[in-house]
This record gives sequence, structure tokens and C-alpha cells, in this order.
Amino acid sequence: MIAEIFASIPAMIVLTGVLTGSSAAILGTFLVLRGNAMLTDAISHSIVFGIITVWLLTGQSSGPVQVLGAALTGVLTVVLTEALARSRLVKMDAAIGLVFPALFAAGVILISIHARNVHIDVDTVLLGEIGFVWLTTWQLAGVGVPVAVVTLGVVLVINLGFVLLFWKELKLASFDPGLAAALGFLPGALHYAVLTLTSVTAVAAFDAVGAILFIAFVIVPPATAYLLTRRLWLMLVLAVALSVAACGLGYVLALRWNVSIGGMMASMTGVWFALALFFAPGRGVVAQAMQRRVMRLDHDCRALVAHLFTHAGTPAMAEENTLRALVSHLRWSEPRARAVVLRAHDRGLITRDGGLLVLQPKGRAEAEAIFGR
Amino acid sequence: MGLASSAIVQTVLTGAALLGAISGMLGAFAVLRRQSLLGDALSHAALPGVCLGFLIAGGRNLGAVMLGAFATGALAALCMMLIIRRTQLKTDAALGIVLSVFFAVGVVLVTVIQGQGGAGSLGLMTFLFGQAAAIQPADLWIMGGVGLVALGLVLALWKEFKLVSFDPDFARAQGFRVTLLEAVLTVMVALAIVVGLQLVGVVLMVALLIAPAAAARQWTRSLGAMVGLSALIGAVAGAVGALISATTRGLATGPVVVLVATAVVIVSLLLAPGRGLVWQAMAARRAQARISDGRVLAALQSVARDHDDRGHRVARGVLATALGAMPTPARLASLERRGLIRATRQPPDPSPHWELTEAGHAEARALSGAPAEPSR
Repeated sequence: MIAEIFASIPAMIVLTGVLTGSSAAILGTFLVLRGNAMLTDAISHSIVFGIITVWLLTGQSSGPVQVLGAALTGVLTVVLTEALARSRLVKMDAAIGLVFPALFAAGVILISIHARNVHIDVDTVLLGEIGFVWLTTWQLAGVGVPVAVVTLGVVLVINLGFVLLFWKELKLASFDPGLAAALGFLPGALHYAVLTLTSVTAVAAFDAVGAILFIAFVIVPPATAYLLTRRLWLMLVLAVALSVAACGLGYVLALRWNVSIGGMMASMTGVWFALALFFAPGRGVVAQAMQRRVMRLDHDCRALVAHLFTHAGTPAMAEENTLRALVSHLRWSEPRARAVVLRAHDRGLITRDGGLLVLQPKGRAEAEAIFGR
Repeated sequence: MGLASSAIVQTVLTGAALLGAISGMLGAFAVLRRQSLLGDALSHAALPGVCLGFLIAGGRNLGAVMLGAFATGALAALCMMLIIRRTQLKTDAALGIVLSVFFAVGVVLVTVIQGQGGAGSLGLMTFLFGQAAAIQPADLWIMGGVGLVALGLVLALWKEFKLVSFDPDFARAQGFRVTLLEAVLTVMVALAIVVGLQLVGVVLMVALLIAPAAAARQWTRSLGAMVGLSALIGAVAGAVGALISATTRGLATGPVVVLVATAVVIVSLLLAPGRGLVWQAMAARRAQARISDGRVLAALQSVARDHDDRGHRVARGVLATALGAMPTPARLASLERRGLIRATRQPPDPSPHWELTEAGHAEARALSGAPAEPSR
């Protein structure tokens, strides 16, 4: 049964995606909250240099030496970038943009020079080869398990363990680094620990999704979850769930359209984000537009009851307290006037008596409150 | 020399230098406005546009590719604005989202084109890492045209761009339409990216935008000189990188150009007069030397004043106690050479003594900030 699952190519591909997405989303949650998301960009580009360098030095293309050695480059990028920004010769954004392209370029050139011997080519760097993860396997308890699944499984356990162990500290450092430092929780050390793990995860995921698609898995699901909730644990769970869903659906669509599997999985995270951006309950762009519409209507309702109250019981009432007067005297457009009257009617502020708009007790009370009586 | 005179090489070198110059010129504004990473996001976001250009034109057509790249770049900029304005996500998250999602869509489209096979997919890879050798003579006209438009805009709006780059709040207070000018500058960054794609590709475009400007910034404090120098560095990096990659088999142009530009940046960061790290270290050492000389003179003067004797001969131990440690013989020798102190003896005592000369008194007073004494 277990052996069958591990022998099934589609299951292994989706599992690799799910492990990548979950490991990345767990760390990405804290990177997005802390405002360090673009360091992922720098790390995931520059590990290309680390991967090729470690391969040239040790001849190992997978395993712990490769993962840790290449991950060092990611950490080195962050250290170099921050040192360059501290020298104040260039600003932080330019420092990021100077360091990682240089390392990435050096990596690509080394790959080109050793193209005949190395297991990665320049396409892999960009696109990854998640479709081929099942080609290299390790025998574990008599079952052939893809190397990528083993590596990413270990990385996921480490990431999850780290986050659970330092949950309180990470939470504090994300929302109030000043307080965390004052209480002696070393937010700087935690910051580097998260970036180191990000670097390790990037290396482990490199064969599957390549250098750049990895950024999507780190940043986009947590950012999507952030639009949906304000609870840290729920944000983390949602982020993982969203990347799992993106991997599953991405795989199906990639097969149907015969396109890049990794690219489709990463694109699906973008689809979730777009959906959340527009339709998130309460905070989405659509909800914001609706809230603005209701606020505008309610503001017009106040103007309406004030208008009706002013003319109530005066000789001009028959002419002023009508829908037509709202259009001709208040210069509201016809649809706007109708919408306001409907809204005021729904809220029980006014009733209609023939053509006449009559204040209800509730509307009268609101008008009196406006005029301060 | 035979190599440089061939028509193909001339086309490639001219194109590469032109692209580098345009990117360098426009990158200067991106760096000053701290929008370097916007360049990174927009260049990655150009990939789906490049692919759409390929799909629609049915092959490698520079005009279609540039138009597509520009369209998706602009769409990416709009998406970023929407995310920043309408959510509480930070700017860097917005950059990361736009960069990675647009690139992912681009990767999907790349496989669509590769699935179709044919010559199209071959030309496509040149836009990922750049291939200056693929520049055609006809492409030069498009690049030249874009370059002229960019140059014209920079010259026409020079004052406005300068103000918006350095003090947008003041520009707004003066009644300039800052939002519009910022939009124009963002469009020009997108333009620089679209132009530079040929040379360095979508992934490394950010370096061609930033590196020349960051290097130029170290050498000058004037915007005009910075923009000019940045364009020059971009052109040189482009041409040198193109030459190296064109003469080496299987080497994409982008990485080579980026490494050449990075080398210029490293040299500038180290050696630029006034700002460079080596320069700073030397200046720091000079300052230290000056302060230490001053302390020796001040100590000697203070002992002399305590004895109410301008020519007081200060013993070695006294000087060491006053300074906390004995100054190096080299320092004392140098002070003596400059005529500020004089080594003497106090006859019964065999050990060396020092006294301040008149020039030493004047220098010590000047260093302590006291007004000069009336000359005797």
C-alpha cells in the first residue's frame, strides 16, 4: 500500500509540491509579517551560486552537505546586503539589488562553463523539474522514496519544530521587535534563524521548483492568509492550506493544458491571492467598495432627514418633501435620490404618503440629533 | 582587430552599448528614488509579456516582444499600487507577490511556447538570460528610437525629475504634479527594462538598472554627472560583456554583463574619492594621526603652563603620565621634523626631555580652539 503510493508518479509530484509549499509558507508567514519578504528574493537567487560551488568542491548534488553548504550562500547574501547597507554607501534596496544578481550571475556562468558535467542546466535554475522528482530515489525500509520528498520532508519537520518551539518568541519579534529585544528574546538571532531556514528550504526545493518560483511559495500564500485573518495561528494554517490547494489544483491544470507543473502551482497561489484581494470578507476590494457605498448612502440619508425636518409643517412642505425636490433642489441625480429614499425607507427613517416623504419617529430623532435639539 | 571590424560584431557591440547606456541613465533615477526593487519586480513581470509577444507575433519579433513586456510590466505596476493602497500588506510583500506570480505565469507561457516547438522556443531563451549576439541590425533602430524618447523625456523634464528624486514633498508644495511625474518615472523604469531585456534577460535586469547608477553615485555629488557617468558605465559594461559572451561559446550575455558591472561597483565602493571604503579608512587614519599629534602638543603645553614656563623641558615619564602612554618614537620624530617640538636634555638627568617650540605652542593653541596669542 505505502510502496504503491511512493511508486505513483502523480502522488510523488503533488507530494513534493505540498512539502515545498508547506515548508515555505510556515517561514513565509513570519517574513511577510516582519516586512522581509524581498530578502527571500535575494536568498533564492543567490543559492544558485552556492549549489554549483558546493557541487564543484564536493561533487555532491544532494544530501545534507549540499543543502547546508548551499544554504550558507543564502545567509551570506543577507549578511553582505546588510553590511553594504550599513556602510551607507548605497541604500538597502540597492544593496539587495547589487548582491544577489552578482551571485546569481556567477552561479549561472559556472553552470554554463561546467554544463557538460553538471546535473542542472540553466533552464532548471528558472523552472525547476518537479515532473522528474521521481527519477532519483532512496531506498527507505524497502520502499523507493524520491530524494526530494525525503529532503523536503526533513526540512518541513525542522521548520515546523522551530516554529512551534519558538512560537511565542517569533510572535513577539514579528509584531514588536523593540519589546522582544528589551525582554531579552534576541529578535536579531531569530531573524537570522528564520532566514537560515528559508535558505535551507530554498536549496531543498531547488530541484523541484527552481530559484524563482520558490519566492511565490514563500510570500504569496502567507500574504493571502493575511488578507483573510488577523490571528497568527490561523494565518499559518490558512497559508499552508492555500499552498496545498494550489499544488493539487496546479498539478491537475498543468496536466490538462500540458504546461509547466511548478509554474502552474505557483500561478495558482497567485489566483488565490487575487481572489482574496478582491473578495476577502470585510477587507477585500469589493467589500471596501460596498462599505463605501453604504457610508455614502447613510451620509445622504442624514442630508435627507435634515431636509425633510427643515420643511416639515411649513407651507413649502408639499413641494420640498418630494422625490422631485431632491433632484431639483438638492441636485442629486435621479438614481442617487431613489437609492437614498429606498435606503432611508429600509432603515425606517421615512415613509411615503402619496408623493410626500414623511419622517418617521426614528428619522425625526436623527434629524433632531443633527440639529442638536 | 579583425573581430571588431566585422559587421555582426559591430551591430552587437553598438546594441549592447546602447542598451547599457539607456538602462544606466534611467536606473540613476530608480536608485535615487529607492525603487531598485521595483525594477526587479517589473523585470520579472515582463516575462509573461515577452511570451505573449512571441505567441502573438508567432516568433522572435522585437517590437512585439517589447510591447508585450511593457504591457505586463505596466499591469504589474498597477497591481502593486492596488495591493499597497487597498491592503495592509507592506511594500516588500507587494513586490514579492507581483514578482513571483507574474514570473510563474510567464513560466507557464514559456512551456506553452516550448510545447509548440519550432524556432520560436529557441529565441525565447535569449530573453531569460540575454543574448547580445541575437541583436539584429533592424533591432538597433528600435533601441535607438526608445533611447531617443527616454533621453528627450529626461532632458525635457530634468528640473522636475531632479526635484521629485530628491525632495518630493517640496515638489508637491511648489505645485508640481508629483504623482504624474512619479508615474512617468515608473514608466521610464519599465522602458529601461523592456529595452535591456535583450542584453541581460528578465532575471538579471535589475543589476543593469542598479549597478551603473550605484557605481556612478560614488564618484559624484551632482545629478547631471551621475546620470551621465551611469550611462557611460552601463554602455561600457554592456559592450564588454557582449564582447566576452560573443567570443565564448555557450555563455549567456546577461551574467557576464552583470559581473562586469558588479566589478565596476566594487572598484567604486572601494576607491571612489571621498566616499570609497579605502578612502574612508585612509581619512580615518589621517584624522587619528592628527588627533594624536594634537594630544602630544596639548600635554606638553599643559605641563609647561603648570610650571608657568613656556620653555619647560618635559621628562619622558611626565609625558607618559600625562598622555596615559608613551607616544611612539616615530610620532615624536615626526613632530620634531615639523619643528613643533625639540628634543633636549636636562643636564643632571640623562633621560631625553622635550619642549614645545614657539610653532608648537601656536599649533597647540590652534588645536585647542583658543584665539592666537599676540606675537612677541
